[in-house]
Amino acid sequence: MPSMHPLALQPKRIPLMLEVGRQLYRFPGGLRLRHHKQVACQDPLARLPLPERLYLPLVQHQGPAGELQVAAGDRVRRGQPLTRARNDCEVPIHAPAAGRIEAIRPWPVSWPPGTRADCLVLVSDANGEAMPATTLPDWMDAAPERIVEHLRDGGLAGLGGAMFPTAAKLRGDWAAPEIHTLILNGSECEPYIACDEMLMRNRPEAIVRGGMILARALGAENIVIAIEDPMSAVREALEAAAKTVDPSGHCLIAQVSKIYPEGGERQLIQVLTGAEVPHDGLPQDLGLACLNVGTAAAAHDIVIEGRPLSERIVTVSGPAIAKPRNVLAPLGAPIRELIAFAGGPIKAIDRLVLGGPMSGIPLADDSIPIVKGSNCILALGADDTRREQPVMPCINCGECVRVCPASLLPQTLYQAIRGEDHDQARELNVFDCIECGCCAHVCPSHIPLVDYYRHEKGVLRARGIEDARAEQARRRFEAREQRLAEREAERQRKREQREQRLKAREAAKSEVEAAVARARARSGAGDDGAAS
Amino acid sequence: MTEILIAGLVMLVLLGTIGGVLTVLARRFAADEDSVIEQINAILPQTQCGQCDFPGCRPYAEAIAEGRADINQCPPGGEAGVRALADLLGREPKPLDTRHGEHKAPRVAVIDEDRCIGCKLCIQACPVDAIVGAPKLMHTVIADECTGCDLCLPPCPVDCIDMVPRRQPFIWPLAIGEQDADAEHAPAGAATEANTADA
Amino acid sequence: MNPTLAGAPHLPPVNTVAGIMRQVLYALVPGMLAHVWFFGPGILVQIALAIVFALGFEALMLRLRGRALQPFLSDYSAVVTAVLFALCIPPLSPWWISFVGMLSAIVLAKHLYGGLGYNLFNPAMVGFAVVIIGWPLELSQWLAPRSLSTGLPGLVETLQAIFTGHLPAARFDAITQATPLDALRTGVAENRLVTEIRSSPIFGDFGGLGWEWIANFYALGGLWLVYRRVISWHVPVAVLATIVLVSTPMWLLGPDTNPSPPQHVFSGALVIAAFFIATDPVSGCSTMKGRLIFGAGVAILTLAIRRFGAYPDGVAFAVLLMNAAAPLIDRLTRPRTYGH
Repeated sequence: MPSMHPLALQPKRIPLMLEVGRQLYRFPGGLRLRHHKQVACQDPLARLPLPERLYLPLVQHQGPAGELQVAAGDRVRRGQPLTRARNDCEVPIHAPAAGRIEAIRPWPVSWPPGTRADCLVLVSDANGEAMPATTLPDWMDAAPERIVEHLRDGGLAGLGGAMFPTAAKLRGDWAAPEIHTLILNGSECEPYIACDEMLMRNRPEAIVRGGMILARALGAENIVIAIEDPMSAVREALEAAAKTVDPSGHCLIAQVSKIYPEGGERQLIQVLTGAEVPHDGLPQDLGLACLNVGTAAAAHDIVIEGRPLSERIVTVSGPAIAKPRNVLAPLGAPIRELIAFAGGPIKAIDRLVLGGPMSGIPLADDSIPIVKGSNCILALGADDTRREQPVMPCINCGECVRVCPASLLPQTLYQAIRGEDHDQARELNVFDCIECGCCAHVCPSHIPLVDYYRHEKGVLRARGIEDARAEQARRRFEAREQRLAEREAERQRKREQREQRLKAREAAKSEVEAAVARARARSGAGDDGAAS
Repeated sequence: MTEILIAGLVMLVLLGTIGGVLTVLARRFAADEDSVIEQINAILPQTQCGQCDFPGCRPYAEAIAEGRADINQCPPGGEAGVRALADLLGREPKPLDTRHGEHKAPRVAVIDEDRCIGCKLCIQACPVDAIVGAPKLMHTVIADECTGCDLCLPPCPVDCIDMVPRRQPFIWPLAIGEQDADAEHAPAGAATEANTADA
Repeated sequence: MNPTLAGAPHLPPVNTVAGIMRQVLYALVPGMLAHVWFFGPGILVQIALAIVFALGFEALMLRLRGRALQPFLSDYSAVVTAVLFALCIPPLSPWWISFVGMLSAIVLAKHLYGGLGYNLFNPAMVGFAVVIIGWPLELSQWLAPRSLSTGLPGLVETLQAIFTGHLPAARFDAITQATPLDALRTGVAENRLVTEIRSSPIFGDFGGLGWEWIANFYALGGLWLVYRRVISWHVPVAVLATIVLVSTPMWLLGPDTNPSPPQHVFSGALVIAAFFIATDPVSGCSTMKGRLIFGAGVAILTLAIRRFGAYPDGVAFAVLLMNAAAPLIDRLTRPRTYGH
């Protein structure tokens, strides 16, 4: 009888080489939404006039803050690093303009909503001097580690919105397969956001060259730039750029459809390859890395032009904005200034959103500064957003099931979370929710489903931390108990020893005494005898 | 008449067989006491605060397993802890016995280092060895290890230890209020969570 | 500026519960009109009665359960239940049939389970099941369709019949008769051939005379609902396809005792059930695969009850039985999550 095929023992076989972008696949669910993108692309890209004060959060990435390099009162030059990365999880920030550090103090930030975080307040000086550019002209021959370090010191974090430290992504996981293809994500699938489209129109060569730099750092051979279906002009520009910058032809432009959330990393990979990223894995498990086109352009600026990441393109749009447009803004610029530059509000802003209308973060305040991942400022009036409607009970209509791109059961998950059945929520894969908002958008009962999933993820994470903490406390308590018990036993042993010794001495003493007594008795008797 | 007798006999035999099988199974797969203690201990918050009148969480777990203590004597575990214990032991949940204390948000001890005289008394009191220091030298609390049990407070001769709320990870609030026409089915804690997030 | 802090998505919602229910009602209008054409205005009176009772019980139960009347009274869910129930009962049924039906549907099947969204069983079908079990005689008093009768009762006569229980003229008594499904069932039981039974004038081209046209109009409304994505195509397709697939071999093997597939489809409540009753979201399945199974189950059970059961049409019982199975089906047909 033939034994089992050896491959059958492996849990999941991953193809070593995936075809990326040559053929397009579908992902389940998704929504066709009205795009509202052209409205922000009518005016050419313009630079925001330098604000008087910039508010630079120390953390502008996923991870801990870097080591602070300046103090309140210091004068800084444009491009000067303000924090320093001690490892790949930290990302430095740089001065977007010359000026003086006025203070380091808590200032409203976008995440968590309605909170403050430590920010460097920089009083800008338009005439101040700049740091000398530190380029890496020989990047084509440089070791990948050198490129990664240069990019990290240039403050590179994912510009798509998640702000993952790019260096950590480039370094990759040594245990996972090698990366063969770099996907540059230019498919902004969410309505209104048009900053990447503007970037691809204006700077296609920077994107392609930046992509080559990142591919070199990753050791990837191929680059696939994914753009959305309606962007034909962008496609031509990118193809021309690819031809001039990278004549060897490793760079492929793939035009994907415009179904939301096609630009989500996992969905894009599914569309380009037909394969799914394992739920507990990374794109690297498929030999892929996915970075935003903006990140590629920023990598180009850091390596070729020696400019650290300190400004980005932000779309300022929405029905409440007079003249929606794309703005090249220094990091740390308050949102208020960007809205004013786009003609100001034309109606009362009821909802201010960082990001797109489907998954963006609500902002409490227009003094919040833009950071590395801020792609869009969306201002909605009261009639453009969700009205204050009562939340009805779920009628199990299944629309959410139909549109979920992760193939979850949003309504079952919702019932589990409402019933506080955390184990059930975990079993229904709440952590695989990408928070795209499709389910809540189509829900006829107007249930804020995404809020529930975010809440549950937080609860489960907190429970995980709490459980780990309890486990740790239990171990430390038991270790202490054991130590005390051992010490007590030791003490007991010593006490017994001492007692024994004492007893032995007593015994010896009494023996001596007895002997002496005996001797005395004997000699006494002798004396007596002698005397007598 | 015979039919009735046969039916009765069949029932009797069936009941006897099933009862016998169930008894054997129950004996065979009975939860041994040690594993019950472990399971109870896994639910307890491991604060080691002694508010339950037992010197630590495991002793309390043993007491519950042996029926020497009730399940509602752990204030740090709160109502949720009582519910979990009730679930595990198949008992009715009951409200927390407030004679042992009120449920409070998690806290950590902080030593005011200016006032600390280095007497070592708190180090001896800490059930999880979360305080470090040497005689006549300032002590400090390892915040990550502190369970917030308050046991270091009474021995301190100069009252230099404060309990401060522990930094909690951000949890997205659920805005369930009068907006929710289905509020009666909403989770109990949701409304208060939303309120604290607004504040 | 003081923007509101609310979670994403920030766009206005595209659907409402009331909107969905309203569209279901619109889609029922063509079938309803056809019903009036073939059987007179009785059905409209029944619908009005059922709606009044349904809303009354709904308000009463909301009050008793201490809930606000709004938005539940205006979500149209009780109205849909009432209309579906009314469309299943004979047009000249006495008024208390609606009363009992709505009492069971709204109080028993809906609110005792927790109200909108929490009912395990389809309320309209629970109501129908209660009245057909309790008063089989009243529920078999169907009028003959238009072309067979000497004239349909007018509005006044209808009201009289519904509220007093007496038809004013003897001529209507003569034509109050069994439905085609009843005729078929009793005929087959008497060992007559299907072709022979079908020669009765109450049968039309496929199903019952008149009935088949009403079914066509229900299907029209149902297709519109599918097009509008108010209902998914899975359930109706599964129901109709399974009926055809299962009844075809039976018919081919024994055409004398088994009716043809079109006859099955176009008789009784099958089409309205396929598009409007089995598609009830609350008591049905929510996974796409689950809906296919649910629909197939409804069809098989309907055929089984029609063939072997004690009632002429088993759609209501088939739907209720599948309602009970729906949570299990949903559990077993969970889609594979991305990356798992």
